[in-house]
Amino acid sequence: MKNNLNCGALLASLSEYVDGILGDALCKEIESHIADCDDCRVVVDTLKKTIYLYHETSEKTAIPIDVRERLFHRLDLDDFVRDRSQL
Amino acid sequence: MSKENEQEFSLQLLRSGDRAEIARLVDAYSTKIYRLALKMLANPQDAEDVLQNTFLKAIQALPKFEARSSLSTWLYRIAVNESLMLIRRRKPEIDISLKKDDDESELELTHFSDWCCLPESELISAEAQEHLDEAVQKLSEKLRVVFILRDIEKLSIAETSEALEISEAAVKLRLLRARLKLREILSKYYVERLDSEKKDEKQS
Ligand SMILES: [Zn+2]
Repeated sequence: MKNNLNCGALLASLSEYVDGILGDALCKEIESHIADCDDCRVVVDTLKKTIYLYHETSEKTAIPIDVRERLFHRLDLDDFVRDRSQL
Repeated sequence: MSKENEQEFSLQLLRSGDRAEIARLVDAYSTKIYRLALKMLANPQDAEDVLQNTFLKAIQALPKFEARSSLSTWLYRIAVNESLMLIRRRKPEIDISLKKDDDESELELTHFSDWCCLPESELISAEAQEHLDEAVQKLSEKLRVVFILRDIEKLSIAETSEALEISEAAVKLRLLRARLKLREILSKYYVERLDSEKKDEKQS
């Protein structure tokens, strides 16, 4: 064993690791583990990719114009519906 | 992100019912609330109901808003509650209390095929997008709401904890479970895509 971190122990810190908010010491342990452990490297890479895909695609969902119009109407804000500066 | 947004709003005007200021608030948050509801419920009509009810309730409550939490997490909290209420009405048999203890079962890793090399066009094709959405629906409500706030709405751990009124430790645990589960579901799909791509290459 090159390092004392096993695959299971890595799991608990995975979220913080991919968010880049894990402390330096644990970060190094994970990095040296995935340099040797192919399975964990794939888990880390595909986990990062999974989160990236949701980040990327979520931007595409915007409120449809008709939904916004009905919302403004329901809220009795029809006179402001033209001002779309925030959209 | 949300904190910066917030300073643009005058709480005083909002509390006094200033309609122009309220309209600005609605415009700043309507896409976020609609998206949250759509990802929670996977139904545009339900999402629209949640959107309308969230702002109706918020506008009603604004005069008494004490800013104990930020405007943004407060709005998200109302929207989450509205969404859960709708789900409870549809599926009264399931228990979706956010306060309920977390699943203590041990996390297990599976799926060790690397699909990161798939081209971006394949990863976010229209078909892939459907699978991304379906995968979120396979999460339990408890995990789904944490994942949506953190990884779709990009709230911080602290903001997510504030919006859901659960501890940061619970947010982290649920986020990890949600992300791992989604990785698993997406792995199945993308590995299939990868295999069919290899097959195509051989044939051509
Ligand atoms: Zn490992």
